Amino acid sequence: MEKIPIQVTVNGQSHQAEVEPRMLLVHFLREELGLTGTKIGCDTSQCGACVVMMNGATVKSCTCLAVQADGADIGTIEGLANGNDLHPIQEAFWDNHGLQCGYCTAGMIMTAVEMLERNPHPSADEVRAGLEGNICRCTGYQNIVKSILAAAEKIGG
Amino acid sequence: MYAPEFEYHRAATVAEAIQLLSSNEDAKLIAGGHSLLPLLKLRLARPSVLVDIGRISELKGITISDGTVRIGALTTHWEIASSHDLEHACGIMAEAAGGIGDTQVRNRGTIGGNVVHADPASDWPTVLTALGAKFNIQGAGGSTRTVEPGDFFVGPLTTTMGEQEVLTSIEAPTLGHHQRAEYAKMAHPASGFAVVGAAVVVTVEGDVCTAARIAVGGLVPVPVRMTSVETALVGKALNQENIAEAASHASNDLQGEILGDFFASAEYRKAMAEVEIRHALFHATEVSHH
Ligand SMILES: Cc1cc2nc3c(=O)[nH]c(=O)nc-3n(C[C@H](O)[C@H](O)[C@H](O)COP(=O)(O)OP(=O)(O)OC[C@H]3O[C@@H](n4cnc5c(N)ncnc54)[C@H](O)[C@@H]3O)c2cc1C
Ligand code: FES
Ligand code: FES
Repeated sequence: MEKIPIQVTVNGQSHQAEVEPRMLLVHFLREELGLTGTKIGCDTSQCGACVVMMNGATVKSCTCLAVQADGADIGTIEGLANGNDLHPIQEAFWDNHGLQCGYCTAGMIMTAVEMLERNPHPSADEVRAGLEGNICRCTGYQNIVKSILAAAEKIGG
Repeated sequence: MYAPEFEYHRAATVAEAIQLLSSNEDAKLIAGGHSLLPLLKLRLARPSVLVDIGRISELKGITISDGTVRIGALTTHWEIASSHDLEHACGIMAEAAGGIGDTQVRNRGTIGGNVVHADPASDWPTVLTALGAKFNIQGAGGSTRTVEPGDFFVGPLTTTMGEQEVLTSIEAPTLGHHQRAEYAKMAHPASGFAVVGAAVVVTVEGDVCTAARIAVGGLVPVPVRMTSVETALVGKALNQENIAEAASHASNDLQGEILGDFFASAEYRKAMAEVEIRHALFHATEVSHH
């Protein structure tokens, strides 16, 4: 099948590539760019392990074609920290034991970034509702909610 | 999971999309991809060409004027859920959009893709049926037609849309001062899809119901108008007793095929239809059901 040229900015860096139309955004990020922080869990748009930011809104990158992302500005977990300085949400996950195996964490954190942009001071219930597209098989969510609430406080003051 | 191979074209205008559909056999439109991509990955759909309409600006946006809400087919569930203007003009739409799937599904999924996909478990078909919405469709040669919900939804995953047609927008009336509308759904705990959904639009003068449009979905192949319930409600005071009595007529309107699966049997869903209608009416009229 004829490949399609695309240009995607990922974490501030522009990339040109030729991709098969059926290539998923998550495969482009992981396999073409080597950004393996973004995970594939269910591959059926349920679990949220693959969540990345696209033009300022979170998307499940297993349910988006790389060609649909042509021209887009993508943010992944690798782009959050500033050198050795973790993003406040990353730090809050660290401080509050917001992860165990870590498989869901990149998606959780990307979802949390958008959540706090849209609602800087969420209640615990709003955090839980905001995580409806992210599944964690380890933590039982308590510490994830705690982490996001702590991050909100840190960011929002 | 990889989808089967397909060719990819991006349309800049509706006319170009229709032209691409006409010149490629077995072509399919892709909007947000949140119904189509899962189907492609499971290989339940195998179009040879995908026509991406995701960037056509004429298909996006919400406009409210002269008593009509017009929503471009490509408007996302999130845009609808977060529109303050819409919340005032036709709150049931914002509310229903906010209950679809999860944040990421709402960020990508569009109202147009939702209704054209016509999954019986979707929320929009039920809500738009109760609202008496209109579907604006464009076809080859610039032809246009407008279709009512009863004619738009033909069966599960089947609508009136021709292979070379694009749904351009959906129109619904704004709600008047005396109107109340509510959507209640029993959501599937994993996906959020409707096991049973009930949408009600009632006109209340004094405390008497003078008009009602009620539809249910989720449990039926296409949304069903609850005309027996509507008739039982009109002319009555909207109190707890009358609402419960009217809702009890639901089974009269559910004589056709009822869907069931291992999660919720047909019999159970049918019983829940009455419950969800009652919930929607209680909420719409702010009658406490305790
Ligand atoms: C995890 C998950 C949970 C979900 N939960 C819910 C839920 O709770 N309630 C609910 O209602 N839905 C739910 N959905 C479905 C969701 O709403 C989809 O976004 C929507 O059904 C499809 O919109 P789309 O823009 O992604 O369409 P696409 O997948 O791009 O297209 C769907 C179909 O419509 C056609 N099409 C798209 N746009 C047009 C157009 N303008 N004119 C003509 N044809 C067109 C395409 O050719 C295709 O056949 C869920 C989906 C997922 C993945
Ligand atoms: S891998 Fe994308 S949602 Fe699970
Ligand atoms: S920490 Fe293991 S899945 Fe969430």
